[in-house]
Amino acid sequence: MGRYLLRRLAMNVVLVAIAASLAYMLAATTMNPRASYEGRQPPVPVEVIDRTLDNYNLNDKTPVLERYVRWASGVVTGDFGSKWNGGSVGEEMGRRIGVSLRLLFIGTIVGFALGVALGAYSAVRQYKLSDRVIGVGSFVVMAIPVFVMATMLAIATYNLNRGLGFTLIEYTGEYNPNVTGFWPLLFNRLNHLILPTISLSLGAIAFYSRIQRNMMLDVLGQDFVRTAMAKGLRRRTALFRHALRTALIPSATYFAFAFGTMFVGATFTEKIFAWHGMGAWLVDSIQQNDVNSVAAVALFTAACILIAAFISDLLVAALDPRVRVS
Amino acid sequence: MSPILEVNDLTVTFPGGIQAVRGVSYQVSRGEVLGIVGESGSGKSVTSLAVMGLLPRNAVVSGSVKLHGKELLGMDEGDLVKVRGKAISMIFQDPLSAFTPVYTIGNQLAEAVRIHQKVGKDAAAKKAVELLDLVGIPHPAIRAKSFPHEFSGGMRQRAMIAMAIANDPDLLICDEPTTALDVTIQAQILEVLKTAQQETGAGIVMITHDLGVVAGMADRVMVMYAGKPVEEGAVDDIYYRPRMPYTMGLLASIPRVDGAEGPLVPIEGNPPSPKNLPTGCPFAPRCPMRVDACEEEEPPLVAIGGDRHVACIRSREIEHKNLTGQDVFPTPVIEHAPIERVPREQRTTVLELENLIRHYPLMKGAVFKRRVGTVHAVDGISFDIVEGETLALVGESGCGKTTTLQQIMQLQPPQDGRIVVLGKDSSKLDKGTRKALRRDLQIVFQDPMAALDPRMPVSDIIAEPLRAHGHKDTDAKVKELLELVGLSATDGDRYPQHFSGGQRQRIGIARALALEPKLLVLDEPVSALDVSIQAGVINLLEDLKGRLGLSYLFVAHDLAVVRHLADRVAVMYLGRIAELGSVDRVYDHPAHPYTQALLSAIPLPDPEMERTRKRILLEGDLPSPADPPSGCRFRTRCPKFARLSEHERTRCVEEEPVVIRLANAGDHGAACHYAEEIEVITASDDQEEQ
Repeated sequence: MGRYLLRRLAMNVVLVAIAASLAYMLAATTMNPRASYEGRQPPVPVEVIDRTLDNYNLNDKTPVLERYVRWASGVVTGDFGSKWNGGSVGEEMGRRIGVSLRLLFIGTIVGFALGVALGAYSAVRQYKLSDRVIGVGSFVVMAIPVFVMATMLAIATYNLNRGLGFTLIEYTGEYNPNVTGFWPLLFNRLNHLILPTISLSLGAIAFYSRIQRNMMLDVLGQDFVRTAMAKGLRRRTALFRHALRTALIPSATYFAFAFGTMFVGATFTEKIFAWHGMGAWLVDSIQQNDVNSVAAVALFTAACILIAAFISDLLVAALDPRVRVS
Repeated sequence: MSPILEVNDLTVTFPGGIQAVRGVSYQVSRGEVLGIVGESGSGKSVTSLAVMGLLPRNAVVSGSVKLHGKELLGMDEGDLVKVRGKAISMIFQDPLSAFTPVYTIGNQLAEAVRIHQKVGKDAAAKKAVELLDLVGIPHPAIRAKSFPHEFSGGMRQRAMIAMAIANDPDLLICDEPTTALDVTIQAQILEVLKTAQQETGAGIVMITHDLGVVAGMADRVMVMYAGKPVEEGAVDDIYYRPRMPYTMGLLASIPRVDGAEGPLVPIEGNPPSPKNLPTGCPFAPRCPMRVDACEEEEPPLVAIGGDRHVACIRSREIEHKNLTGQDVFPTPVIEHAPIERVPREQRTTVLELENLIRHYPLMKGAVFKRRVGTVHAVDGISFDIVEGETLALVGESGCGKTTTLQQIMQLQPPQDGRIVVLGKDSSKLDKGTRKALRRDLQIVFQDPMAALDPRMPVSDIIAEPLRAHGHKDTDAKVKELLELVGLSATDGDRYPQHFSGGQRQRIGIARALALEPKLLVLDEPVSALDVSIQAGVINLLEDLKGRLGLSYLFVAHDLAVVRHLADRVAVMYLGRIAELGSVDRVYDHPAHPYTQALLSAIPLPDPEMERTRKRILLEGDLPSPADPPSGCRFRTRCPKFARLSEHERTRCVEEEPVVIRLANAGDHGAACHYAEEIEVITASDDQEEQ
């Protein structure tokens, strides 16, 4: 089993490299960092622009393969290159990665846990009112794009705060720089987390709840749940210990997919709630024709998704003895 | 002695007015075995689930279920869970799905212990190992750490029994405990159940459709039909002196492994739908003794002398005239084809297999696959079938029967050996000849539900092979075929879901016959059907063979059906043929220890014989075909091998036996170095008369 996981890990590393390279190629061939310098008043001489761009490894006059080789050899040693204006991509990433990971991590956990719980509950209460409400609710949530959802949440909170006369829930930024002290700051940060987390995880909750409901319904009709009750377990215990535990296995395989969707959501969420994370950076760097930053974000995303895939392999192996053996 | 369980006038209704159980009453005392017999849909399983309180919540249950005088119906969950698994335990049919796949067997057993006994984790785990040991699982301490999928079917059922007796219950309810198992394993499990009963002294409710299983186990029998008991009494009374036409028909319709040849007695028609029950006796539409009064009112279950109850208005008359199923039910007359009187040597050979081999590679690895072994699915088998003959291929699951069929049906060059169909070698066929040959070689599948496209009307299903071979006008032919298999010509417009299991199998047969084949391959054609339906389909197959001069290759695990339908039989074990010969020779004088064990494992629907019979029990499970034992493949489980001297054994270990014709017999050979004919089944009375 350990060897199997190691092999999967090695394969994931290769996949990350391929994904990041493709993303770099795409960014380097379609984006035009030169434009940022050309339109200036007073005009900058072409030689100066060329030199600057050469410095940053952004010159479109250099063949793309040559630029790629320089970028890639940098990345291998931990140097992610320069931003369009010369700043270090690595440093920028260091600042932003924690912000995004915090959002994504909490969003994933909340989404998975609540989604599975809701799905399992609605399967047990199949065709009852609560099941129908959860079902309709999930489809509505899945139908609303994240940026609409986030904006609606922000507006609703703004109105709530105004109605209350004080700021109950924060709706912009990561924390309030005026707050000092450990506990007040932690509390403040958590408060700022509420809205982005909700807007990120709602989609995941809806997604997981649908999957989990189906899986759970498959399992509920199975004989082993009946056996568990025939042994003398209460229905609730039998459902929790035997049915849900078994029905979790397929959901765990969706972990990687959901994470990808979640990152797409994060770009909007960060933008709307003014968080300076990787998602917001991606949008900004595309606007600024910032090839190296785009490539760095793509690398980060690829790594995250494949780590999620690896975790879902681990989860499945942990949950399912039938997988563990072979 | 006061009964443990008293069920009174139990009824179960599902939404939509489906009356699954309509007034069941019975009692079980300590140490007593009550058999509940009925076909699918008769309400026998629902009855026991109602007793356990395990029905879905939308089921409406009324009546009374008393355990030691305490009412269980309407008891709240908190009290009921103290009864379930403690005072009453249940053993379910399919042991694969009855265990939670993600916990070890030991854990699941320990859980059952800990629910009802205040013991620590270690003590419960120890108890689990003891229980596994009790039900005869080798190396229980190691096996307790295995997961359900690592157990074979028979081992899982043993573990299931261990779990059921974990808390020393007063009552065991067994719901078709051996239906999913092979006969030799079934015999083992029934032994374990008897041990479990001795160990706990519990009363047993044994639910089954197999009249043979009940005959050997039960003290009393209750026969259910359409949600109601129709006859109840001591086991001998029910089997030897049935008083209700349904019971009589059921007993007459089962093919017997010791029985005479000739047509079976079918019960016409189908069991009524629980949604749409007739007003009178539910069996009246199928009953040959029906009188007008039967349709007016449903007869109640009344006592007729002693402990017996019968629900039939003509039961007195039946008793008076001492009628049996054979007297009451019309027995069809089946013609035999003239070819069957021609000696075997003079008939043409339709199928010949010579040393057929099919090995599957065992692969490992996700990306870079590598071969880690070979599954010896079929490992050198030879037999032939002549015109107008039925050869049965029997054996337990995993012995290679199905692979053999696939190899024949594919008409491709085999890995090794030869397949000759109607004189044409399958390795020398071109595309056109292969397609033409398929006309003469057709198949009927096991599961009639899965083998018919639910979205095609029956006429299209039957016409499909005709169209595939370029016939344009199929209507007349389809009508003719429908009538040939005993359906009405107007049935063509309906869809498969409108037909019952037996009727669907008839449609499958009609489709196979559409191209007028010479050889029909039958893959377990009746094993998915109820007993009373089965007889009709078997008769149909026999009749068709006589009328159309067909040859059958018949694959089955039910040796009683085989005895009835086949002329010759080949017994397979782990990809090899163990014994081959005419049915009468093989059944009456089996020479291979495996055949002997197989035959002795079949339960007979005859309580007296079951009680006096000595079984040859096989130990363990079928070895993996990926790693068959050296020499004789059967030696690891062979009861004879155990009795041989050290010197004699060497030959079994080193030399693989081949099928050798027995000296004193015509058409009979066995693959055993020490073959010795013995009689396993005592011939039944009616056979001796012949």
